Amino acid sequence: MDFILQGLRQAFLLLFSGNAETYSAVAATLTVSSYAMAVSLAVGIPSGFALGHLRFAGRRQVRLVVDTLMSLPTVFIGLIVYAFVSRQGPLGHMGLLFTLQGIAIGLTILALPVVISLSAAAVESTDASLRTTLLSLGAGNRQLMFGTLWEARHAILAGSLAAYGRVMTEVGIAMIVGGNIKWHTRTITTAIALETNKGQFAMGIALGLVLLLIAFIVNGSVSFLRKR
Amino acid sequence: MKTLFSSMKRHFLWILILAWLCGPALAAEPQQLLMATTTSTDNTGLLDYLAPHFTKATGIDIRWTATGTGKALALGQNCDVDVLLVHAPAAEKKYVEAGYGQNRREIMYNDFVFIGPTADPAGVKGKSVAEALEAIKAKKAAFISRGDNSGTHKMEIELWQLAKLPQPEKESWYVSTGQGMLTSINIAAEKSGYILTDRGTYIKYAHDKGGQPPMVVLVEGDDVLRNQYSVIEVSPKNCANAKADLARKFSDWMAGAEAQKLIGDFKLLGQPLFIPNAK
Repeated sequence: MDFILQGLRQAFLLLFSGNAETYSAVAATLTVSSYAMAVSLAVGIPSGFALGHLRFAGRRQVRLVVDTLMSLPTVFIGLIVYAFVSRQGPLGHMGLLFTLQGIAIGLTILALPVVISLSAAAVESTDASLRTTLLSLGAGNRQLMFGTLWEARHAILAGSLAAYGRVMTEVGIAMIVGGNIKWHTRTITTAIALETNKGQFAMGIALGLVLLLIAFIVNGSVSFLRKR
Repeated sequence: MKTLFSSMKRHFLWILILAWLCGPALAAEPQQLLMATTTSTDNTGLLDYLAPHFTKATGIDIRWTATGTGKALALGQNCDVDVLLVHAPAAEKKYVEAGYGQNRREIMYNDFVFIGPTADPAGVKGKSVAEALEAIKAKKAAFISRGDNSGTHKMEIELWQLAKLPQPEKESWYVSTGQGMLTSINIAAEKSGYILTDRGTYIKYAHDKGGQPPMVVLVEGDDVLRNQYSVIEVSPKNCANAKADLARKFSDWMAGAEAQKLIGDFKLLGQPLFIPNAK
């Protein structure tokens, strides 16, 4: 049990003594999660909006598929991405295996269904009278779209944060595609897995706390921006 | 002109993304060697200790990914790494025969030991491997297995066969963890069970427990317990892109006087973790 308290102490030491290995893992985690989120949001919000706003044949089936993909096991994604980026795979020549970019691709596959599905749900759950109100105010199609999007912004944001949480804490993809290579592809989560394997439980707890702190800063900034 | 500029601006993001995706392929440094190895060489800190010396001697930047021997061999077969440092002689020989690797070179060894709780419920202390396994089976004492196709797991399977006992995969006292060595030792300690481990990892475990570990060495020194580590170069015939020349340099260095001395000097709690034996 005492390793939990030890971990707490160690977390402070790691952060304030400028431990290079920890900062390298923090940088790797931030890099892969930023890339994955940038692509997921850029693609996911418009797709999710379209899925929730437009009425087309097969919409429910598409929703069902996207919702199911939210449950993609991360190790499974890792193996699929590995199969593609392995030197003998179809994308092998790009040299993406054991790189941060490779991890980011896997994380994008993980985050995208979450962003699409929750954005679609957010748009669907906007007040039904919103549409008539906007139309009665003389809104065009374009204005109707942006009006709805604006109204759903908080729910979309919450969905994005949920996706961000999954991406930040993911370990299977990072391990298989990244290879947990020191100074290069070691993220905080793969470092936690490694320290746990080494029996350094306190160190694992410390790194976990570091990850939580980063999540806190991100969520804090979002909530600050929302208030303004 | 203006339209061209604005279209460039519009596509700037995509150009950036494309450049970022292609980046690693274009910027591949020639002097970079990628190795797949087993958790034991990494978890004990041996590689962290050797790597700077190797880089200093050869100018080659070595990176490694540590997994079980089974996956390390698969990474070599799929051309994802250039060189392997593994410990499962029988599997390695097959691997080289199949044409996936070349120039298998024995570098160092440590030995396997059976550890268990100090109380030793099955009374295996000082016995031979075969007698010890027999006693554990008779007493139905908890036995913890890595169960992950690692070098250690392969050795354990071999030992059951050598003792002419059936693999107790389905017995209630047999626990297959599917996890790394130290994690499995910790599970064995929680369950007061017996487990096969490489001595290096055990010394590290004892060190982490402040030199007063709840698990102690009970069976050791049997000839069948030697754990041989070898370097194998990924065959350029199977993988055109394997950096065979750099892999050879690594293999030569590991078998050379400098590395062999460094390996012998690598100690924890005053005990050597690996014994160099390159020919």
